[in-house]
Amino acid sequence: MSVKLNVRKVGDVTVIDAVGRITLGEGASSFRDTIRDLVSKGEKKLVLNLGNVTYIDSSGIGELVSAFTTVTNQGGQLKLLNLTKRIQDLLQITKLYTVFEVYDDESAAVRSFG
Amino acid sequence: MPENASGGTTSVVTMLDSTLESVDAAEEIVLKAAEEMGFDEDSRYQIGMAVRESVVNAVVHGNRYSERKKVRLSVIKEPDRLTILVADEGQGFNLDSIPDPLAQENLLNQSGRGIFLMKTFMDEFDVRPVEPTGTEFVLVKYLNRKA
Repeated sequence: MSVKLNVRKVGDVTVIDAVGRITLGEGASSFRDTIRDLVSKGEKKLVLNLGNVTYIDSSGIGELVSAFTTVTNQGGQLKLLNLTKRIQDLLQITKLYTVFEVYDDESAAVRSFG
Repeated sequence: MPENASGGTTSVVTMLDSTLESVDAAEEIVLKAAEEMGFDEDSRYQIGMAVRESVVNAVVHGNRYSERKKVRLSVIKEPDRLTILVADEGQGFNLDSIPDPLAQENLLNQSGRGIFLMKTFMDEFDVRPVEPTGTEFVLVKYLNRKA
């Protein structure tokens, strides 16, 4: 199963709920398309909920980084929510944990945009 | 899928097409072997990740999805270790030419973390040339040893 993405609004913040696997191929490309679509629509406050992402490989990590830079370059912010232990470990060993703003509570993530 | 067994060592060689479907197939073959050997869940996750990354490398960068080229997956079970060999038929590459993904200037690169993950998750990692052309990744995981 590749990744399924559900996009919803909480106030002026866009929350993307991801479910499944973000790996090379369909999973990574659908993720990329969704982020680009949101950015092109002018969404600048994004929260990516990874709580139900069961697996992510180096391509998936690359997509997270690409999403982060795409959103940041458009003057927006992308924050991560509900990292599983394995994704958290992956971000730590790749030194990306300090790059992303990470939350384990959705309302705190939403409030953080001010 | 020929299987050879001698002196407590079992080896199985599988030829895979240069497609992304082969990534799943290789992972399944290797994880079955790892489970049979008694590797715990964390170790199986690490082995699976390393195998996926190595086969992705072979399919995408080595064989460049060529229908004429195969990826050779060798799974060697020994009493104390699991060795996985992943060989492509590509032009080969220099490991030293891969930028360090942990360097500050490379942190936000979209790609270049696959080999780092293989090294991190396996107990032994090597890359060697294959005759007449190609590259072979060597991945070793020991039983009862935490990465």
